[in-house]
Amino acid sequence: MAKTKILLSGNEAIAQGAIQAGCSFYAGYPITPQNEIIAYMAKHMSVPSGIKGQAPRVFIQAESELAAINMVYGAAAAGARAMTSSSSPGISLKQEGISYIAGAQLPAVIVNIMRGGPGLGNIAPAQSDYFQATRGGGHGDYHVIVLAPASAQEAYDLTQIAFDLADKYRIPVMILGDGILGQMMEPVKLSAGKIKVNSVKNWALGGCQGRKPNIVKSFFLREGDLEEFNLRLQKNYQVIKQKEQRCESLFLSDAKVILVAYGTMARIAKSAMSQLRSEGKKIGLIRPISLWPFPQKSFQIKNSKVKYLVLELSYGQMLQDVQLAVNGRQQVEFLGRSGGGILSQEQIINKVKKLL
Amino acid sequence: MEKIFKRSESLYDVATHYCPGCGHGIAHRLVAEVVDSLGIREKTIGVAPVGCAVVAYDYWNFDCSEAAHGRALAVATGIKRVRPEKIVFTYQGDGDLAAIGTNETIHAANRGENISVVFINNAVYGMTGGQLAPTTLLGQKTATSISGRTKKEHGYPLKISEMLALLPGVCYIERVSLENPQEVLKAKRAITQAFENQINNLGFSLVEILSPCPTYWGLSPKEALDWIKLVMRKEFPLGRIK
Repeated sequence: MAKTKILLSGNEAIAQGAIQAGCSFYAGYPITPQNEIIAYMAKHMSVPSGIKGQAPRVFIQAESELAAINMVYGAAAAGARAMTSSSSPGISLKQEGISYIAGAQLPAVIVNIMRGGPGLGNIAPAQSDYFQATRGGGHGDYHVIVLAPASAQEAYDLTQIAFDLADKYRIPVMILGDGILGQMMEPVKLSAGKIKVNSVKNWALGGCQGRKPNIVKSFFLREGDLEEFNLRLQKNYQVIKQKEQRCESLFLSDAKVILVAYGTMARIAKSAMSQLRSEGKKIGLIRPISLWPFPQKSFQIKNSKVKYLVLELSYGQMLQDVQLAVNGRQQVEFLGRSGGGILSQEQIINKVKKLL
Repeated sequence: MEKIFKRSESLYDVATHYCPGCGHGIAHRLVAEVVDSLGIREKTIGVAPVGCAVVAYDYWNFDCSEAAHGRALAVATGIKRVRPEKIVFTYQGDGDLAAIGTNETIHAANRGENISVVFINNAVYGMTGGQLAPTTLLGQKTATSISGRTKKEHGYPLKISEMLALLPGVCYIERVSLENPQEVLKAKRAITQAFENQINNLGFSLVEILSPCPTYWGLSPKEALDWIKLVMRKEFPLGRIK
């Protein structure tokens, strides 16, 4: 399969990326607009993993979102590379399990292909789960790493990175996409070579032969123990914040207005930027790829006359992180739609021209 | 002198946190004895519930996982599917298995997951202060059924074992009691059967154990054992259900 390019939807690219990363356990529950992931996994997880000594891959259609995330908890506890996927309402249901996975320091990958909310909302693309994804989502002081692909290729690549990050930091990693990314088909260049999983998981459950029993848990009842554990988590988060910020930056050196957008919204923003630059307007773009940790380092621009324009398919969620990163040094403006409406190139261009 | 009884290797020598007269201590020991007698300690993975037995892993000397309240059988499914050669069991109370986790219980059973379940039925929520459980008897007073359970207000005691017996994926279900040494021995035999079924890849096995909770039944330990025999067994008859 070396250097093969195939046509995949974003959802299929995520699923293929997971398989390439050695994902050996998937559990999910149907929900639109992510159904291509569960269908792809059902079809392809039956093929042997190719990893020496590893049991066959497991696919389970769970009875509920709760069961799916807790099956992933169990599989991850037993040492597997495990993944589940869903869309907004389903991710809300999974939050309890994600909190437990974070509390038990288990590596797992969770995909959220966002749709409109609140409540049942609709099945149109949206980016209104940003707060839920980047602030932890469930109960307790925890974070998950959040990666936001903007193309099928990036969905494929980031899903593989997600498994490595999950293992490296023993943390849940979320792939945060939207309905357009999930459904849109694009050519994807597949990775060459065999699957390599190098993680050593001496904490995993597998029977206590030749060692003391391993316990996977998030419960610390004795006075002081939970605080000590939480401080360890925080230390891990600080390292991640320093080392794992990911971002694409374009034309920042001369930009008078910098567009800030992620995922599908960034694709439209990029088109608007290209159009404006062809007209001689000095426009740049910051596209956060890691939403947590937020790429704060990319916002250290000194020129106080620069203006930021945050673009989201929500009513201003990432906006808060941009404001925190900019910290009052420059003006931060916002344009967003949510509930199925998608910002057009023209709407962005009109707004930018008012700022110039 | 010949030593005819000793602490199981699968059971740590630690002080108990359970109330006087509680059945969990006996049930923990039975599981440990079965694991030892089958020689599977080094390949056993237990899943502890949320409830009084939340720290079961503080007593058992083998690998264990915590599970969120009611999710033990989903967690166990994940573990067993990844490590089919290991022996995986859940240990769950009535609230965990038959209220908040009913869905996980029914579907794990219906899939015929090759897992053993130790189900402690003490007809009450112990950990949280003695509230109404799905298995609370009609007339039984709890913190949230202060005049006693009524069929009109609370519905009937849920017979989850009989319900599960209807499912083709279920291999074995037996209800036992900890009311006296004779019944405790039967309970041990039933747990052994449930583990042996898993070793033989026969599918989902469950042992329901009627277990005393003197604290929240408002009885002495001796009275609690009598209550199982005279009252609880009428609603939950002992014996092989499937």
